Amino acid sequence: MNPKNVGELENADGTGTYGSPVCGDMMQIQIKVEDEKIVDAKFKTFGCGSAIASSSMATSMIIGKSIEEALEITNKEIIDNLGGLPPVKVHCSVLADRAIKNAIYDYAQKNGKTYAALEGYDPNEDEDEHDHGDVEEE
Amino acid sequence: MRNVYLDYSATTPVKEEVLNEMIPYFTEKFGNPSSLYDKGLESKDAITEARERVASLINASAGEVFFTAGGTESDNWAVFGSAEALKSKGNHIITTKIEHHAMLHSCEFLEKQGYEITYLSIDKDGYISLDELEKAITDKTVLISIMMVNNEIGTVQPIKEACAIAKKHGVLFHTDAVQALGNVEIDVKDLGIDLMSMSSHKIYGPKGTGALYIRKGVRIANYLHGGAQENRKRAGTENLPGIIGFGKAAELSKANFENHVKHCSELRNYLKDRIINEIPDTYVNGTMEHRHPGNLNITFKYIEGESILLLLNQFGISVSTGSACSSTSLNPSHVLTALGVPVEMIHGTIRFTVGDFTTKEDIDYVVENLKTIVSRLRELSPVNSMKGW
Repeated sequence: MNPKNVGELENADGTGTYGSPVCGDMMQIQIKVEDEKIVDAKFKTFGCGSAIASSSMATSMIIGKSIEEALEITNKEIIDNLGGLPPVKVHCSVLADRAIKNAIYDYAQKNGKTYAALEGYDPNEDEDEHDHGDVEEE
Repeated sequence: MRNVYLDYSATTPVKEEVLNEMIPYFTEKFGNPSSLYDKGLESKDAITEARERVASLINASAGEVFFTAGGTESDNWAVFGSAEALKSKGNHIITTKIEHHAMLHSCEFLEKQGYEITYLSIDKDGYISLDELEKAITDKTVLISIMMVNNEIGTVQPIKEACAIAKKHGVLFHTDAVQALGNVEIDVKDLGIDLMSMSSHKIYGPKGTGALYIRKGVRIANYLHGGAQENRKRAGTENLPGIIGFGKAAELSKANFENHVKHCSELRNYLKDRIINEIPDTYVNGTMEHRHPGNLNITFKYIEGESILLLLNQFGISVSTGSACSSTSLNPSHVLTALGVPVEMIHGTIRFTVGDFTTKEDIDYVVENLKTIVSRLRELSPVNSMKGW
């Protein structure tokens, strides 16, 4: 395991967190924005290997993208870029997707910006599908 | 790369002496023990010897040991067999919140059939309350089932005292001794047990074999129906090599018992002391006093157990998590929940179990890697002592 973009940004333009240690996963993603373009991103994650991999991949995917482009990223694309996740770990990619959106939401709030993709967006809303599959432990 | 296996509670390797005794029963000594010619009788005699060896390990008579396909079948048989045999008496069963799923899910199945199940809680050390047990008994109670040693936190329950309470009220007593066998002293007569589940693969025997001890005079219904094997109580052609292996493993376990307990507890304590002293914000779950000699259950605050497991795996180290991260809806361990461990800390829990083949060098290797892994994951974690939870 060799995650990229681990850590925190000094003077981040947007910080998004999602999940909680009680649920078993929590992610924090921070972004640095210049001219509506994400120039840097860092993450910190409390969670399993798939959660760490998802946040690493998500930060790599948004660096260099415009805000609008970053908002278009789906958890499915995160999974595809990781080369797949087992069904019980799909929620890890959802968490990363939500943490990105929350970071952009925070940036938008702080700078009085609006984005069509964030219309009616609730950063604290639960995952639509908190599905961890139906695999049982031994 | 070094390989260090610290998950002996999950399963154990088959010892060479055990394997050597099993091998002929796959090939030249393959006869069906129910057959009446010499080849069959030879197999029957071998099973009789294995039965005596298992009985001797728990101070039972050979006629009280019935071979099964493992701990799960033994638990299922004990619960469903007792419920069926005593259905005219009542429909109430008492068990604990910390049983293995072989017991819990069997009880949940009976609940759907209209049975009432009382799940006893545990205190902060991991023990059940004998007082709560006695108060839970009603005139409808048909079975009390309390595991002897817990699989996650290793707590040894006061079985003798619980048996005495069951006897006083005329209730059948079963114990799941899958983790206890070979690790704590078991004298079924002294303890007063009616039914006891055992498994071979936790004591360096093969998988797919176990046994149910049924005290002479206790009658429960059959669970598998068919041929007249196991004194007409458990149908199905015997798993001959498996049973031979279980018998040999039981014999070795009895002969090595004191050395095994001493070896495991010394290394387990060494592992515990090093982790607690050298890695900050670590906690032992469950009492250290009456505990499985090889079991250690540790919470590493601020990080998640499965990521610890995966990184240890990269260094050839096998452990298990305390939390069932892969189960539906991220249910945290029912045992640690019953123990009162906060949910966020349950997620950061690892179970280590040492065994006969563990060495001090293994422990040193694990601790050194663990120190690096834990600090790396803590750097990665958005939660820490400054930010709180």
